[in-house]
Amino acid sequence: MDALIHDFSFGLVFWQLIILLIVIFLLGKFAWKPIVNALEEREKGITDALASAEKAKLEMARLTNENENLLKQAREERDVILKEAKQLKDKIIAEAKDAAQTEGGKLIEQAKREIEDQKLKALAEVKNQVSTLSLDIARKVLTKEFEDQGKQEALVADLMKDVKLN
Amino acid sequence: MRNKIVILRKICHNSTLFKMVSLKKLLLLLAVILFTVNPFRLAAETVPTAGKTSSKEEINAHIQHHLKDDYFFNFATNSKTGQSYGFPLPVILIDNGLHIFSSSEFDHGKKVVEKDGNYYKLYHSKIYKTDAAGTITYDEKHHPTNAKPLDFSITKNVVGLLLAALLLFLAFLSLAKTYKKGPNNIPTGVGRVLEPLVLYVRDEMAVPNIGHRYKEFMPYLLSVFFLIFLLNLLGLTPLGLNVTGNISITLCLALFTFFITNFKANKDYWKHIFWMPGVPVPFKFILAPIEVLGMFTKPFSLMLRLFANITAGHSVVMGLIAIIYLFQHQLTLGGSIGVSMLLTLVLFFLELLVAFLQAFIFTMLSSLFIGMAVEEHAHH
Repeated sequence: MDALIHDFSFGLVFWQLIILLIVIFLLGKFAWKPIVNALEEREKGITDALASAEKAKLEMARLTNENENLLKQAREERDVILKEAKQLKDKIIAEAKDAAQTEGGKLIEQAKREIEDQKLKALAEVKNQVSTLSLDIARKVLTKEFEDQGKQEALVADLMKDVKLN
Repeated sequence: MRNKIVILRKICHNSTLFKMVSLKKLLLLLAVILFTVNPFRLAAETVPTAGKTSSKEEINAHIQHHLKDDYFFNFATNSKTGQSYGFPLPVILIDNGLHIFSSSEFDHGKKVVEKDGNYYKLYHSKIYKTDAAGTITYDEKHHPTNAKPLDFSITKNVVGLLLAALLLFLAFLSLAKTYKKGPNNIPTGVGRVLEPLVLYVRDEMAVPNIGHRYKEFMPYLLSVFFLIFLLNLLGLTPLGLNVTGNISITLCLALFTFFITNFKANKDYWKHIFWMPGVPVPFKFILAPIEVLGMFTKPFSLMLRLFANITAGHSVVMGLIAIIYLFQHQLTLGGSIGVSMLLTLVLFFLELLVAFLQAFIFTMLSSLFIGMAVEEHAHH
């Protein structure tokens, strides 16, 4: 300690203080400040980049999810549309079948009625014809038969009996 | 340009090859050295024994001299012829006017220098005022009682500090330049090593201790860290510099920490010193003087720690080198060189660690003290 105090030099401390002040000031201004700022900026840049990458990843995931949902929805919609179309088709076919059946039925009915009409007409004609023929026959028979009075009367009676049976 | 690169690659390649065989070669080299120094050993043994008794004192004086500041930048001295290899530094004295002259005028203390009727003599690395004959009077502790002129000389320590400052400027202005192209421009060369160190100071010392206000103190902390580290490393080079092993630089640095701590301190800091919250009133009176003392002991410990560590390191390294001279009779010259080099090598690595460690501790504790002064206390 004694030697320390003895060797102590104010001149040395003076110069060293001045040099240190200059070093700290100049280095601080021209080296430390830009270096520390640059390092901080770089770190901030890296953090920002990482954060935005994370954000982009999330966004990406969100978009994919959305796309999938959309796709799923579209598929569901398609299915629904297809189903509806099928139903519609079935309905149309069924309706067409029904319509055709009823129309056919109607036609058949009409045809039946026509046939019946025709039959009735034909029967009426036949009756007419039969009656005309019968009358003709009767007239001929009568004419022939009425030559003999007895026979005439028997024939008439017989014919009348026949007509009644019809 | 391409040729240069090719040559560089070859050199690199060779160096890796060299490393592979280096162990074998090193052993061979040691053997060769041992054999070649043998003839010198014979010569050394013929040195008269009268010189041996004085060698211990000589070594001690040499170590003492190395640890002190100097007016002459000395690389080597031939003690037989008294020839010194180095260069003189300017002496600046304020004593009835300004006197500037080269330290070579002292001729290593052998001559008395006369300036404007005043006589100055260099004695044990100090300049004293004397009479024309250069008589020095002593007190009972063998300290000179002669008056000392006001001495503002550019001594070896000043030159050492200037050299370190210059190196720091070169290194860090170039590092700062690399970031001019943008913060993502990665430094090359020395900057690659310096950038992690800057980050280390910031992330391990400044930010954990000071907190969000760390940026204000970064210039000081970084300057101090790199300056101490560089000065410690320069002290391990054969330049013979011993700047951080001198109390004056550690005093200056400690003063900076002291003033920064106390000028930047907030209200809480002063309150904790003079009127400690949360303790009974009588204790407040007891704690105040202790805390006031603590204000001074903190930087004082900074000052002594760095000084003592570096001084001790230099002393021990020089002492181990002195083994060559002290034990050459017991171990033979080759043996003493071998032992000395081995021990010095081990210690040298330790000193490399210490060079970093002391820079780290000084900066760490400085930031801790600053952090304590600017800390926002949660109210008790």
